[in-house]
Order: sequence, then structure tokens, then C-alpha cells
Amino acid sequence: MERRDLLKMIMLATGTAMVGAPALGYEKIPPVPLSDTPFSKDDVAFMNEVAEVILPQTDTPGAKAANVGATMAVIAADCYTKAQRKQFRQGLQDIDIRAKADFGKPFLLLSSDERTALLTTLNEEALAFNAKQGTTYVVRDKPSSREPGTDLPLPHAFSLIKQLTLYAFFTSETGAKKVLRYVAVPGYYDGDLPYKKGDKAWAT
Amino acid sequence: MANNTYDAIVVGSGISGGWAAKELTEQGLKVLMLERGKNIEHVKDYHNAQKEAWDYPHRDMPTQLMKEQYPVLKRDYPLNESTLGMWASDQHNPYVEEKRFDWFRSYHVGGRSLLWGRQSYRLNKADFEANAKEGIAVDWPIRYEDLAPWYDYVERFAGISGNRDGLDVLPDGQYQPAMPLNCVEKDVAARIQKAFGGKRHLIPGRTSNMTQSKPEEGRVSCQYRSKCWHGCPYGGYFSTQSSTLPAAMKTGNLTLRPFSIVKEILYDKDRKRATGVEVIDAETNETYVFNSKIIFVNASALNSAWLLMNSATDVWEGGLGSSSGELGHNVMDHHFRVGAWAEVEGYDDKYHYGRRPTGFYVPRFRNWGDDKRDYLRGFGYQGSASRQGWRREVAELGIGGEFKDAISEPGSWQIGMTAFGEMLPEHSNRIYLNHKVTDKWGLPVLAMDVEIKENEIRMRKDMQQDAVAMFEAAGIKNVQGYEADYAPGMGIHEMGTARMGRDPKTSVLNAHNQVWDAPNVYVTDGAAMTSGSCVNPSLTYMALTARAARHAVEELKRRNI
Repeated sequence: MERRDLLKMIMLATGTAMVGAPALGYEKIPPVPLSDTPFSKDDVAFMNEVAEVILPQTDTPGAKAANVGATMAVIAADCYTKAQRKQFRQGLQDIDIRAKADFGKPFLLLSSDERTALLTTLNEEALAFNAKQGTTYVVRDKPSSREPGTDLPLPHAFSLIKQLTLYAFFTSETGAKKVLRYVAVPGYYDGDLPYKKGDKAWAT
Repeated sequence: MANNTYDAIVVGSGISGGWAAKELTEQGLKVLMLERGKNIEHVKDYHNAQKEAWDYPHRDMPTQLMKEQYPVLKRDYPLNESTLGMWASDQHNPYVEEKRFDWFRSYHVGGRSLLWGRQSYRLNKADFEANAKEGIAVDWPIRYEDLAPWYDYVERFAGISGNRDGLDVLPDGQYQPAMPLNCVEKDVAARIQKAFGGKRHLIPGRTSNMTQSKPEEGRVSCQYRSKCWHGCPYGGYFSTQSSTLPAAMKTGNLTLRPFSIVKEILYDKDRKRATGVEVIDAETNETYVFNSKIIFVNASALNSAWLLMNSATDVWEGGLGSSSGELGHNVMDHHFRVGAWAEVEGYDDKYHYGRRPTGFYVPRFRNWGDDKRDYLRGFGYQGSASRQGWRREVAELGIGGEFKDAISEPGSWQIGMTAFGEMLPEHSNRIYLNHKVTDKWGLPVLAMDVEIKENEIRMRKDMQQDAVAMFEAAGIKNVQGYEADYAPGMGIHEMGTARMGRDPKTSVLNAHNQVWDAPNVYVTDGAAMTSGSCVNPSLTYMALTARAARHAVEELKRRNI
């Protein structure tokens, strides 16, 4: 049993989660340390490397610069269902297994081109798999949307990796301010703003 | 005991309770406002007002643990990190679902005024006459003209932005300039106008987000951040905290008591008057009695009915106001989650700036004028057009640098709208006390026995088909109609549980919102609604409350109550 599941069970059994609960307002939710997730520093580093292939640095920063791995770990730990999390973790392991099978070395030792080739193949396999079982929506879907206990089919594992990569990246401060456009206090609304190709989308 | 006596007690601090407190204190009454939850101070307690997605550990998404703790709230969009704690705990505040009922509650000072949708529309003349004309339920005891000056009054103070569109179906009010339609919405509006011979209209939403500041009230116009639900540090939209509470406080006549669960209204059966309320302090569990000449019940439609049901039970088994046989009956909501969506071709050289906290509105056109359908009443649409962001179809396709740069740019324009339909008042749609289930204070809980019926089900077909037809008539291709599951309560527009009427035998409240059996008790929230119209109801509660408060003060002066 994973540590968080155990904690959840204890809280539900003893009601400790409820103590002091009536005095709520806008809650200040503390950051979740990596130690509260079932992922290690190595896992985060690995996720960052995989994510950088999906969303690499171009004229703008890539996934690694936004440290998406750390956020992917927290979201996978808390927002995914147990089945999703298992699938996600298996997907990460499969990347290494495929790297060894196709290129004879672990993923982290692949060249940039080899990494892109491998993940392009996995992405195509995922597209085909999802199309077949009707789970193509997953990349557009919020990572929190799956209900516990549902028997809807799980998407291809690589799609979960991609879903978390995109979500963690474009909701990050780096993604919002350096990749997309962000204005904290717009002050007015213009519904007829000129746009030219290349202008970035608003972050929110 | 002297300090436990007030001129008036207001139960609840949300949209209508705030108005009751403001109006009564400004007319010189010493008022005690009771709120079952904690205090939330304007600006100071808006901890998340400046936060963005990256400031939340789960980027503002619900966790699986949150879903376990909020089994009802998770049924729709409100469960997230930025407003966690602003919705009542489903676990602490149980209720019984005879039929599925989604009850989204806010138990704190300000109630749902901090979390409302802010769309602010007047009922029209026909809304007040339809029950009588069609033989549905009972007649409203008032007409549009009775409420019109009070709509004027509350709109001016609350700060409503909107266009004066000159439509009988959606009477104009006292508005600040509207938040504009964007380029796509404007064109679609013009094409709909033409295609339907001027009988259907797409207009800017009328919203309590201000476009002009009110410096005298310390309120600044909307800054287009679209973070209303986090509490607005500018006071840009109407809430108890931004608007009515400071006004009431300024009089020096208001006492606000949070953590005060009103258990029952105390009733003197010889004088046929309420004498006060009994309160459980939610922090200490101690019980207090507060006395007053007037009581305003503004606990939100279902909880206001609960309070009446739990009061004067030694006189009437069903509680205060139950002599009519209608207390807790005629539950209404607005049924929705049906409409249409489409991608819009073109406008590639256009985008938007600023985050507009409203959209467009399509006023009712069914069963209006010479239109006649196989159901009664009608519906309106709320929607908007915008360009797609990074979470779009193309996200499935690629990986790599070109893919990243492509989804960093806006996608094509899309437009969508959702219908909000009127639900008829039905005696069989009811809530009642279930004494077998109690909350942590040992109080009985509500059981919900509410469903949409034939009239609503028929209307829903039009709600989808008409949305598709209107977008197609505007020249939009590949329009997708949709219908998602709807359960009563999801609209968060609960109404009708203590309806106004002309006869104490068939209604709980009279034309001034007084309980027939206790004229010094006024109920002026959604409970009072005799019918629901299809427009968002909160503005009507504000107007009813201001009107009733004036009446109460006058009756007090005349020594009638």
C-alpha cells in the first residue's frame, strides 16, 4: 500500500482530517513536498528529461526549465486515481525498457535525436491505441477528471505522461510568463485585438 | 439580557441577508445579523486573490482526497484548490437524497455572494402573470410594477453593468456601461438578429461586475482579472463584503455574529408574533436566545425553509408557515447543462485582451409573442466566444519543438452557449425534515425529493435544438449540440420553498414577504419565489428584500408588528 493511501485510510478511520475543520475560509494550501509522493528525485529528473523531449526549449524555455517533473509527481500522487498512477509509472518504466530494446541503452544515455525518435514512436502508438478504444480526449482532459472507481478504459500510458507534461508546463510560472503571455491585472477588455501569426496565447 | 435584544434579527449574511442588514440599519434599526459560519473580512481574508495556477500545489485541481471529502461538490466544477473551504463540507452538513439533489452551500459571512455567477436580470411582466394565466401553482401577489422601483434601487447600489436593449422579455435597468461583446460575438449577434427577423437577440451579459468605480463606497471597477471567486480586492463585483456589509456597518447599528446557527424562531402563539431566535454557537456549542421585533430569514431557500420547519412545532407539527401545506414544497432550480458548441472559421487576425468575467446572453424567445410550444415557459442562453488555448485537439498529435510552438499560439475561435430553463413549481417537488438523520449539533437534516418533470424534459429538446439552429443560422459550420447530466440543485438557484401568494391557505408568505402566521417574520431569499422565471434570480432577491425591509420599518412605526 502506498504511503498516501495509508494516510488517507487512517484519516478516514479516525476522523483526524475533520478536527478543526469548521473554521474554513479561503484555505492556504501548503506546498506538497516530494517526500509526500511515491516518487523519488531520480523519478523527477527522469520525468524532466522525458518532458523536455515533448516540450523542448525553442525560442522559449522548455519543460525542464519549468521543472515540470516535480509538479507531475505531485499531481500524479494526489489527483490521479490509483489505477492511473500505476499506469503512469509503468509508462515511465516502459520508456526505459523500449530505449534498451530499440537502442541498446537506457533512455538517459540516448542522444537527443534518439530520444525524439523513441518518443515519436510511442506517441504514434498511443494515438493508435487511444483511437481504437475511444480515449483520445485524455491529452485535452484535466489530470484530475477521472473518478475513483470508474471502469472507463485507461488511455495509453504515454498519453498520461504527455497529459501531465502539458498541464504542468503551461500552468507553470515559466510557461505562463516566458512561453505564453501573462498580464496580472489587464485593467480593461478588448474583444477586437489585432493578432498576427506568432503572437502567443494568453496564459489565463 | 438587554444586550440580547435588538430591533431586528437577520438570519444569514449572503446576498439577501446583506441587503436586509443594510436597509434595516440605514433606517435606524439596531440589527443583529447571524451567520452560521466563520467571518470572512473583505480583502484581508481573500488569501488567494493574487494567486495563479502555479501557486497551488495541484495547479488548482481537486485531489482524490478532496473528492472523498466533498462527494456532492465534486459532481460539478466548484471543487478546486482556489475556493477550497468556501463551500460547506458535505460531511459535516449531511442531507438525505430521496432523489439526487446537488446542494452547493457556502457557510460563512457573505455566503454565496462571494461565489455567485453575478449575472443580474430582471423578471419581466409576464413572469409575474404566467402562473395565473396558465393555471399553474398560485398567482404571484405582486406584479412587475411593484418591484420595478426596487430593481432600480438595488441595481444602482449594487453596480450592474449592462446594455439597455429595449426588450420586453428582459426589462432594462439602471446600468453602468456593458462589458462589450467581442468581434465574433458581435457578428453572430447581427446574423441572428437578421436570420430570426428581430425575434431573437444576442446581447452582452448583464453582470454585477462594475465598469465604473464607486469611490464613495470604496469600490473600484472590474480589472478584468476574472478571479471573482477568490474574493475581489477591488470590490469590483457585488458581494456582501464589498457592498451591503460596509454600508450596514457604517450606520453603527449592525452587530454581526458569526458561528451562530439559528436553531429555531421563537413564537408567541397568543400574540401570533415571533419573539426572537434560539442560536447554537458553533464554536462553543452553547445555546443563546436573542430577541427582536422583526426577523428577516435569509438563510438561502432550502435552509430558510428548514428554519421555519424547525420553529413553532408545538403549534404546527410542520413548523412555522406550514399551515398552508406549502412549506418546503414547490422546490425550483434552473435546469441547464444543455446547449451547443462550434468552432468558428476565420477571424485569424483577431484576439482579445483582458479576462472578461461575463459573456453574452440570449433572452427567452420560446412561448413569447406569437411563439407557441408543447411546453410552458422558456429558457435563455449564456455563452461566449474565445480562441482555443493549449488544451486543444492538436495536443494529441505531436511532440517536439514545432508542436510546442504551435500550441503556444491561440487556436481557432470557438463559440458555445448553455441554456437555463424555467422549472415549474410542483407541489410534489419538496424538501422535508428527516429526524432520523441529524447533524453534529443533533439537528434534523433536510431530505430532498425533487425532480424535473415532463414540462422541463420537453423544454430541454428545444434548449439543444434551438442552440444548434441559431449558430447554424449565423453561418457557423459543424455545430455540436450537447446535453450533460443535470440534477436539481446544480443550477445553484434553489427557489420556492416558502412561496409568496395571495391566500394563507396556499402560500407561506404574503405580498410583502411576511409569514402569514407571523407577520413580523419576513422571508426574502429564493424561498419566496412563486415561480422561477428563466433568468438568474439573485437580483430579484435583492429587490424583494429592499422592498420588504422598507415595509417592515413602516409597519413597525405603525405598530402593526
